[in-house]
Amino acid sequence: MFHWTPDRSAFPTAGPDGKFDFDSHKLVKIWHGPNHPGVTGNMSLELTISGDEVLESKTHVGYLHRGFEKLYERRTWIQCFPTVVRMCVPESDSNEYNLSAGIEELAGIEIPEMAKWLRTLVLEMSRLQALLRIVPAQGGTVGLGLGVQWGVYLRDLILDRFEELTGGRIYHMYMIPGGVRGLLPDGFKERLEENLILVDEFVLSIKRLMLDNAVFKKRTVGIAHIPVEWIDKYGIVGFVARGAGVKKDVRLDYPYLAYDQLDFDPAISTDSDIYARTWIRWNDIITTVDLLRQIMAKMPKKGEFKAPTPNVLHWQVPKGEVYVRSESSRGEYGFYIVSDGSKYPRRINLRGPSYTHAVSLLEKMLVNSNISDIAATMVSLQTCPPEIER
Amino acid sequence: MMNLKDILSPFSAWRNLLKEPVTIKDPLTERPGAPRYRGFHKNDIEKCIGCGTCETICENEAIDLVAVANVDTKNGDSGLRPLVDYGRCCWCALCVDVCTTGSLTMSNEYTWVSNDPEDFRYIPGVDKKEWDNNDLGWKKPDYTLIPTERMDMEEMEPSEREGTFLEIVRGYSRAQAEKEADRCTECGLCVATCPAHMDIPGYIRAVREGDMEEGLRLLYETNPLPEICGRVCTHRCEEVCAVGHSGDPLAIRWLKRYIADQVPFEEYKRILGITSIEENGKKVGIIGAGPSGLSAAYYLRIRGFEVTIYEAKSKGGGMTMYGIPKYRLPMNMLESEIGFLEEIGVKFVYETRVGEDISFDEIYKKHDAVFVGIGFEKPYKINIKGEEQKGALQAISFLDDINKGKKVDIGKKVAIVGGGNVAMDAARVARRLGAEVYMLYRRRVEDMPADSEEIHGAYEEGVQIIPQTIPVEIIGEGGKVKSIQYLMAEMVPDEKGGRPKPVPIEGSEQVLEIDTLIGAIGQEADYGFLPQEYLDKIETNRGRMLVDNNNKTTLDKVYAGGDAVNKTADAISAIADGHRAADAIERMLLV
Repeated sequence: MFHWTPDRSAFPTAGPDGKFDFDSHKLVKIWHGPNHPGVTGNMSLELTISGDEVLESKTHVGYLHRGFEKLYERRTWIQCFPTVVRMCVPESDSNEYNLSAGIEELAGIEIPEMAKWLRTLVLEMSRLQALLRIVPAQGGTVGLGLGVQWGVYLRDLILDRFEELTGGRIYHMYMIPGGVRGLLPDGFKERLEENLILVDEFVLSIKRLMLDNAVFKKRTVGIAHIPVEWIDKYGIVGFVARGAGVKKDVRLDYPYLAYDQLDFDPAISTDSDIYARTWIRWNDIITTVDLLRQIMAKMPKKGEFKAPTPNVLHWQVPKGEVYVRSESSRGEYGFYIVSDGSKYPRRINLRGPSYTHAVSLLEKMLVNSNISDIAATMVSLQTCPPEIER
Repeated sequence: MMNLKDILSPFSAWRNLLKEPVTIKDPLTERPGAPRYRGFHKNDIEKCIGCGTCETICENEAIDLVAVANVDTKNGDSGLRPLVDYGRCCWCALCVDVCTTGSLTMSNEYTWVSNDPEDFRYIPGVDKKEWDNNDLGWKKPDYTLIPTERMDMEEMEPSEREGTFLEIVRGYSRAQAEKEADRCTECGLCVATCPAHMDIPGYIRAVREGDMEEGLRLLYETNPLPEICGRVCTHRCEEVCAVGHSGDPLAIRWLKRYIADQVPFEEYKRILGITSIEENGKKVGIIGAGPSGLSAAYYLRIRGFEVTIYEAKSKGGGMTMYGIPKYRLPMNMLESEIGFLEEIGVKFVYETRVGEDISFDEIYKKHDAVFVGIGFEKPYKINIKGEEQKGALQAISFLDDINKGKKVDIGKKVAIVGGGNVAMDAARVARRLGAEVYMLYRRRVEDMPADSEEIHGAYEEGVQIIPQTIPVEIIGEGGKVKSIQYLMAEMVPDEKGGRPKPVPIEGSEQVLEIDTLIGAIGQEADYGFLPQEYLDKIETNRGRMLVDNNNKTTLDKVYAGGDAVNKTADAISAIADGHRAADAIERMLLV
């Protein structure tokens, strides 16, 4: 239908060995980010281009000046709790869960049944609000901004639910070691259900607007293809792996909390392009809404929500090391926690999907791609720079 | 894969034109925060005790405890209040969750505009804010970050206690002690309240970390009689414990006892670093080997003074030796602590009553300084008819006889008059001797000056407390006590605002058949040992010597402490007196 190929005859070409001479002064180096709307957060790509084709890409982080992991070596265990959430802003709850679950595993604490369900609920709500923002944002990367407006509104409604349950909108700080910090307020389920009905409508609208959109398809189908062989090689997880036909989901592979009592089957595709990854995440919204409904129906009405812990002011978590993981909207999200038996963690190390997706994988994917596809490629990996630079 | 549908489908978005917009038209319309929203801080400053636990838990150091106007430092209240810095706060509300009193909360307010950056550092509750009266917002949830339940102390069953003077309290095991020590918030309110200002959070930390030697060093910094205090201290520290506001206070006394019990006496010298003492050539004489005298002796001796203690009785310890029953404080504990003082070179001159066996004048002239710790030895009489008969005893001498191992025949029915700790001791001892015990007290049970745990123990052991009774006459037969007549009293509120007063109800006479009557309504000091020339110079007030901040009396180079000086009538105050006097004597003689 629409086809236009620019005249690339004047571009620098590769030498006889098929390689470009990077010292020839004929290639252009540009920085994509850190202040670029197409960059998901504070990072930048150092691109070497020939015309509009990318010859080399290097991922740069370091704009956030944080060093959380180092900070935790100087904080008591409970003092890590308010800051872990900041390691991934758009989906903070996976951090809370991992820290709490890690400490509980090290200290041998079993959390009450009610707390398990509340944590599951919060994790799914968190996934929903992240997807409501990122799925339409995939359209935004190719110039389709309308869906983002719809998504942000619905996300705000979910944040309202977070606000009434946890007392915070973005940083919930709800899952404390031992359980959670409160029960559901009265009428919470009804209000959440009202929001979910709107999400049901949104799912259909976004399909008509984005997934069944000729322009969107033109810009995403067949673009940024990830071969299935790369999945293990690059440590690819979550929806990116599922887009390439490899079913990876921590909730199914290593069930935690109440997930073993829930019925769900995440979507899978073999196309492994931007379109497939968007379609999968669009499907994930449907799965999550369904899971939320299941959770609300199955969770106990009342019960203890926090197991007793030692005095948090000088809690010496028993010596040991543990790797805890949960499924974030971006894929496996893990914490490697080491305790030397003192008041302070020896190491809290985050293994987030963005580290591999946005550094090694993205650098590889962008070679020979077109500049105009970079933003869409990044968002199709749902990279979160704070999680790389933590 | 692309078709006409894909071109037309996106246009379906146009139908949104017919919908109501979801955004708020007026950007200034206020939207209330959720009822649980973690908004701006509020603090009930009347309820707040300034324990600083909020400051401890805050990972951003956003909270500072500062002195504020109109809030005074008092027992159990540091007088400080939290100042919150919103340049640092992350609104995690851990400060609210950990607050020991529940005074710190957050409103659900979340917009606040000010042009002055300094405004955002404020003292909630003191700096008035518009959200102060807003009831909604984050409050301390129904869970705890600090365990609120005290580790139970194992005790001898009340039914087993009759006929034995074995210690009731069995002491903590290591696991129990560590678990109890874990509950401490290290706020230090207890340190301020303890008369001896012991480093309570410090030695509790030592228990937690299993470092008994460090624990013992910390105990001896301010208290050379930890075995005694670990058992019979009046533990005013526990009354002000911050954790006690949301649960049981820390078992501070039992933890002190735990440390002292763990270290053998033979190790004390090495641990406390008293292997050699450099003599400074100055001599100090101490009258009375009670807690204040022993405390002064220890702190003077380790600083090189030559210390001699003159004691009328055959053993040291004062009231702790002769007044406290052995089920509360076993004899060997006292003897070992005194033995340790002897080991480091304190000289004890026993069975030497000053004023009889040696004159005060001689002691005064022989020493560079004198410390008087004579205590309250002389009991008050009840002052009713018939008190001179056989079978009418005084609690102090009764307890003394029992502790000395004498056999005292008290018969089957005993009445105790009084409601203080001495009365409780006498009653519980009498129960152990197998008697049926009645306790007659002028006021109500809640007015009793005795410790609540003593009252509880007395009840447990079957002591029958008859409150609001005023003894009128002891009726005897053949020179021996037969019964006691008393009047019931009603409590009349005091117009001046003091304690309600008991007023006898006419015609309410009751008679109780008894074999023995034990009076325990208080004691006073006996200054008979002082020659008139000295007595004139030592000022007293209601039977107590007047001392300055250094525990110095009005007589040159004479210091005093213990019951004969302070009203609290407990060992820990006496120990504090001894320490203070030792510091002052050192300053006087060496600096």
